[in-house]
Amino acid sequence: MNKARSYDAIPTAWGTLARSGAVYILLAAISTAFLLPLAWMLSVSLQDIRGVFAQPFVWIPSHLHWENYADVSELIPLGRYFLNTVLVTVPVLLGTLFSSSLVAYGFSRIRFRGRSALFALCLSTMMLPGQVTMIPLYILFSRLGWIDTLWPLIVPSFFGSPFYIFLLRQFFLTIPREYDEAARLDGAGKFRIYWSIILPMARPALITVALFSFIGTWNDFFTPLIYINSPENATLTLGLNMLKSQIVGTGMTQWHLLMAAACMVMIPNIILFTLGQKYIVKGIAMGGVR
Amino acid sequence: MTRSALTFRQSLDGYAFISPWLIGFLVFTAGPMIASFVISLHSWSMLSPPSWVGLENYQSIITEDPLFPISLWNTGFYVALSVPLTIAVGLALAILLHNKLPGMSFFRTMVFLPSIMNIIAVSVLWLWIFNPEFGLLNSFLRWGGIDGPLWLQSETWAKPSLVVMSLWGVGGTTIIFLAALQGIPPELHEAAELDGAGPARRFFHITIPMISPAIFFSSIMGVIGSFQVFAQVFVMTGGAQSGSEGGPNNATLFLVLYLYKKAFQEFRMGYASALAWILFFIILAFTVLQTRLSKSRVYYESHR
Repeated sequence: MNKARSYDAIPTAWGTLARSGAVYILLAAISTAFLLPLAWMLSVSLQDIRGVFAQPFVWIPSHLHWENYADVSELIPLGRYFLNTVLVTVPVLLGTLFSSSLVAYGFSRIRFRGRSALFALCLSTMMLPGQVTMIPLYILFSRLGWIDTLWPLIVPSFFGSPFYIFLLRQFFLTIPREYDEAARLDGAGKFRIYWSIILPMARPALITVALFSFIGTWNDFFTPLIYINSPENATLTLGLNMLKSQIVGTGMTQWHLLMAAACMVMIPNIILFTLGQKYIVKGIAMGGVR
Repeated sequence: MTRSALTFRQSLDGYAFISPWLIGFLVFTAGPMIASFVISLHSWSMLSPPSWVGLENYQSIITEDPLFPISLWNTGFYVALSVPLTIAVGLALAILLHNKLPGMSFFRTMVFLPSIMNIIAVSVLWLWIFNPEFGLLNSFLRWGGIDGPLWLQSETWAKPSLVVMSLWGVGGTTIIFLAALQGIPPELHEAAELDGAGPARRFFHITIPMISPAIFFSSIMGVIGSFQVFAQVFVMTGGAQSGSEGGPNNATLFLVLYLYKKAFQEFRMGYASALAWILFFIILAFTVLQTRLSKSRVYYESHR
């Protein structure tokens, strides 16, 4: 123990430098390892079929086959899938933002009987595996005639989502109540306070929820897999899986096209990540450190 | 009188605001939960009317079905490997990224990026990475003189392959730990250092206890999430349109994949519902267990 102390207690300039150097080398190696699969995906997507199976693999082909990205559309209606995904994602985003913030306002700003018990119930539903309610919901939506439509993917988002309710409530609790009081003295009702005081002040938290909700919906596979049957109603994840089955399942080898499609499906994620990393990080940190 | 009238009014307002969730809870959670339990007591193909079988579904799952223990073992194996590894790797990365050096945000971005990627695109990508002949992984191993395994096509390596892939998405957990590390007041470390505590001692007696809520949260969410692992398994090894196959010799037949096949390929809705309830109770048991363990842990630490 004394030894440990003596090492630690004499921070020489050289020691600090060596330590920083080691950290940088380690982090550079790790970052490369994390980035390599994506770089490889991009590389494969720009090869021709011979390049895909070339041994050894040539990372930067002499000719970049950008036409692969256009050729994907000959195999699957990618534009259609994209449109379907947007048609789901946009309403889900609006529904989630409105309903979850409304509920979070109720749970954070209004005292009512049974509030803490109901909030605990709300949080506890996060633990429930979706498979428990899956079959009755399937039956419910099929009775409504919603099988093979986008409705089952959209409608539930208008009823609040526990995790987002939790995140928004946490944020609302940090907004000083003096603002509510001032607005109340000016004659504002509860909905008005929610709409014109709390929501504008909660912008960062709303952006976080919007990003989470967008990424979650964009990446969702299970729900469309269950409810969508016909190819023309498929979302991107479903379409990409169909393309995969088409290529792998039938013994075709157009992995460059599959990688090009995967790259395209990832582009919105990368754009959103670049624009909103700060908010996503904040949200994850808020959810994880209670 | 007026006071109680006021609280009544307040309560009404409160319920009005939470009504979206309350209605959603009744229609999309509570109601279906009851229905699911009732369905689990029936034999039902959705084509003919359901017939009452009592607890028979549960009984045959537990005592007769040869595939259930396999799927349970596979899922348990995956959870037992991926959750602790995710936490260990996530923590190690967070500690590295916690260094106050220029350029850390760049490295943080690199580690974090894969974790928000589209899971199907990621699965397709890794399906090719794991290709024994042309994949990135074995190419590298061959470069280092190692003859790599068959990965997803091998009964032994199929599950570890999925764990490796899940570690690529460790970024979310890393971010949680990083935020927790940043929340530790530096004075704690300084005071301990003055008292002669070395790095290892400070790590186990300050860092770990201080971030224990984050570790607890990540392990709970990790267990819940990995018990339900589905999309990547479906795409990579189990998506065969016919048959009940889940990877080589059912090595990646996970609980949710098995459940999905029972429900939407064999249309045995009662059986699948019973499977869902069993899954739920397993997850519940683990969550209760983890909460118990963590409570005694936290108590212990705070009373030292």
